[in-house]
Amino acid sequence: MGHFASFADFLQMGKHGLYVWLSYGLFSSLFLYNIVMMILNKRAFFKNAKRQLRREQNL
Amino acid sequence: MKIKFPRWFYQLASPRWFYEISGKLLPAFTIITVLLLTTGLVWGLVFAPEDYQQGNSFRIIYIHVPSAILAQSCYMLMAVAGGIGLIWKIKMAHVMAKCAAPIGASIAIIALATGAIWGKPTWGAWWVWDARLTSMLILFFLYIGVIALSSAFDNIASSDKASAILALVGLVNIPIIKYSVEWWNTLHQPATFTITEKPAMPPEMWIPLLIMVLGFYGFFTVILMSNARIETLRREKRADWVKEIIKNY
Repeated sequence: MGHFASFADFLQMGKHGLYVWLSYGLFSSLFLYNIVMMILNKRAFFKNAKRQLRREQNL
Repeated sequence: MKIKFPRWFYQLASPRWFYEISGKLLPAFTIITVLLLTTGLVWGLVFAPEDYQQGNSFRIIYIHVPSAILAQSCYMLMAVAGGIGLIWKIKMAHVMAKCAAPIGASIAIIALATGAIWGKPTWGAWWVWDARLTSMLILFFLYIGVIALSSAFDNIASSDKASAILALVGLVNIPIIKYSVEWWNTLHQPATFTITEKPAMPPEMWIPLLIMVLGFYGFFTVILMSNARIETLRREKRADWVKEIIKNY
């Protein structure tokens, strides 16, 4: 597989497995955080805005 | 002197036009970004050769360099957008500046943390108070300052104005980061990509890096656009076209 002889080899990354996977883990979690926050932000906005609009129309 | 800009330039300032055009562009941008990031990650992690000195720790470059480049571009975008908002009173510019700040802060964290993690096996230290690292840390604090300042006001206009001014003042840090590796004796290596010279790496190392840089920019564009759309609706919620969108959601 590519540069590595086996999957275990890939996970081990020579003697740098810890550093490489720590970096990529951090990158993935912060990217994921941005995606999740964007979705939550959107949901919260529409939930509040819909409620507010309904209240105004009932007046 | 009166400068005449093309029509699309004025349309950029219209919240409704932005909302509609970004809605059309987002799916394509998302697909391109996913493709770029998967290609770059697989290529960089699995297929790129290891460095003859650094071994596999070299693979951290595929997230460290793109995040460091993007953290600075994002700051420039934020400051310039803030400036445009201040001078021409364009609402959309402030929306962009406000939405760019939190993304930039998280990208700066990635750059700083991956740099520290890479520094340990390469330099033997997680952190050194070297010019490049310190100026990058200041960039992160500037982002935090802009975010904190923009949430410190109840009034949107004052919040936009204050954070735009801070962002503009902090712009002085950008050339300091860029030239820090030349002005001072630093541990940090000089830029990987320059416009005038060929990269010092072989193509099988720098092509995936270039793909990752583009993928990071794509990710930034997608998240910025999505958040800016919501911020636009939030600020324009009195307008009829926004009420229509909320009703139909």
